[in-house]
Amino acid sequence: MSEENKAILKAEGLTKIFSSGIINKEYTVAVNNASFELYPGKVTSLVGESGSGKTTVGRLILKLIEPTAGKIFFKGQDITDIEDRDTKKEYYRQIQGVFQDPFSSFNPLFKINRIFDILFREFEPETKNREELISQSLEEVNLNPDRILDKYPHQLSGGQLQRLLIARALLLDVDILVADEIISMLDASTKMGVLNLLVDICRDKGMAVLFITHDLNLGYYLSDDTLILHEGNLVERGATTKVYENPYHPYTQMLFDSVPDIEEKWDRSKEFIPEQIIEAVEEFYQNNDEEGYKEVEENHFVLMSILETENYK
Amino acid sequence: MADTEETVLEVKDLKAYYRVMKGDVKAVDGLNFTVRRGEILGVVGESGCGKSTLAYSLISLNKPLQHISGEANLLGQDLMKLSREEKRKLKMKNISIIPQYALDAFSPTKKIKTFIKDMVKQHGRRADKEFMDKVKTRFEIVNLSHSVLDRYSMELSGGMKQRVVMLISSLLDPDLIIADEITSALDVTSQRYVTTLLADLRDEGIIGSAIFITHDLATLYQIADRIMVMYAGRLAELGNADEIVHNPRHPYTRALINSLPRIGIQHKDERLTGIKGTPPDLTDIEEGCRFRFRCQYRTEECDKSPKMEKTHQRHYIRCWNYESVGSDKNE
Repeated sequence: MSEENKAILKAEGLTKIFSSGIINKEYTVAVNNASFELYPGKVTSLVGESGSGKTTVGRLILKLIEPTAGKIFFKGQDITDIEDRDTKKEYYRQIQGVFQDPFSSFNPLFKINRIFDILFREFEPETKNREELISQSLEEVNLNPDRILDKYPHQLSGGQLQRLLIARALLLDVDILVADEIISMLDASTKMGVLNLLVDICRDKGMAVLFITHDLNLGYYLSDDTLILHEGNLVERGATTKVYENPYHPYTQMLFDSVPDIEEKWDRSKEFIPEQIIEAVEEFYQNNDEEGYKEVEENHFVLMSILETENYK
Repeated sequence: MADTEETVLEVKDLKAYYRVMKGDVKAVDGLNFTVRRGEILGVVGESGCGKSTLAYSLISLNKPLQHISGEANLLGQDLMKLSREEKRKLKMKNISIIPQYALDAFSPTKKIKTFIKDMVKQHGRRADKEFMDKVKTRFEIVNLSHSVLDRYSMELSGGMKQRVVMLISSLLDPDLIIADEITSALDVTSQRYVTTLLADLRDEGIIGSAIFITHDLATLYQIADRIMVMYAGRLAELGNADEIVHNPRHPYTRALINSLPRIGIQHKDERLTGIKGTPPDLTDIEEGCRFRFRCQYRTEECDKSPKMEKTHQRHYIRCWNYESVGSDKNE
């Protein structure tokens, strides 16, 4: 089988345009023509700065919002326009999101054990040894079941709630996990533990992980594949080691230049102004006449010109 | 650099606690260090180690934070003994701060220009044409156009706001500026710009010296001349930036550096572990080294508080076993 057939999830030309206003509508292209794949047992990091559209990509994959254009394939099946409640539920059963702000993922009026009860009732009503499974998954994410289950979400810290979401993914044995900036809620001492855990689970259980982050060092450490997002465009994608070692797009190059490194200091004699990147990127698109993506080396693609957004007005 | 160099700030056995209902939170508990003229001193540590408290104890002691003992001599004047009014006179001119959440501090209804004028008036300067011309040159230095003066804060990006804040804090050419987590809310590209800018302001002589506080050691290393590592309200290690990063002696510094993810290390080849355990509760702290519960080199001696040792490279360490820790460097 080719690489492509093994992908558990495939996004093709995924586009999301937000509109605001009633008479004079204003349009914001949050994600433009993003195509990528997620593989079982692999971590794919989606790297971008604030406003690049990385969270929107995550929400599109989770089917929390509908794309303006483009398609999403799950296990080879087109799930972009599914309306049927049961099919939708079947998809939600297979995917789990862990968010930057985990507080909004839980019903504040329910204790944690009730949240798990609902989970089983909704998805796995046949399960007998619920308590055992719950304890087991909580212990896997380093949470003490006795201390957690009888609490309300507000009595737990952000890091604990995020780990609960990972435990939920473990319980349901999901196929895809979308982790959106999860380190922001974790302090330095627990951060690496949770991240290592995430990757171990991904490898052991063959789960596909989309790791959304702005931290390039962390992206390198955790991921097999990397997607670089700039202003809604997926400017570079491929194997992590290739993208990092041989960045091709001017935006990616600038991004890597800004990473602080304890082995080497920045070259302060070189002028570095973040605003100049927009010009540099425009110049790059103008000065090459190639279209779409170019495969600069095996499994390493670079956007050579912006892909036309479909007419949405 | 010679030992005779001029000192801008000398902190001697400083203790500043938060007086709260359940007791004293010993956030700064016996710190000793100096800031030399023209240097950038980096301060690094986990959240809750007292690094921001250190900044506030130097700038403005507000309840429940209280000065317990010790001195902080800024150009010969003990900041701890000054009245609020006397301290206000030093602010902006002798000592200034770029606060952590400064980006939200702008009034949304005031133009940046009005904000700057109000600010300097408070510090007894007239915002005349000459002064505004100086402001404009400063805008050029931070690579912002003059039109920013007529804009409202919400029209600026995070990186631009941070530059405006830095510009305002350094407007009266302070001898010492304290930069508290100035990069934590910014994007990677802005982080590099803002960090470099701090060093540029020092190089141009606009600010005398700086204390750069952050949790991000890799960013700190880019511009700091010396680095002070703090742990649980105390100094763990202080020395030249290169020495701290490439030849750390304190077990905590070593653990901190080893837990940094960096390009070149992947999960599948090498496992970064972080530091096991959590920092101690600062309300209820006993005698002894504060890192001992998380330290792999712990010995019996560690139940007594270690003294500050000075090695010949003017490198200060607070650890009983730093010599044996240093010797297995090439593990």
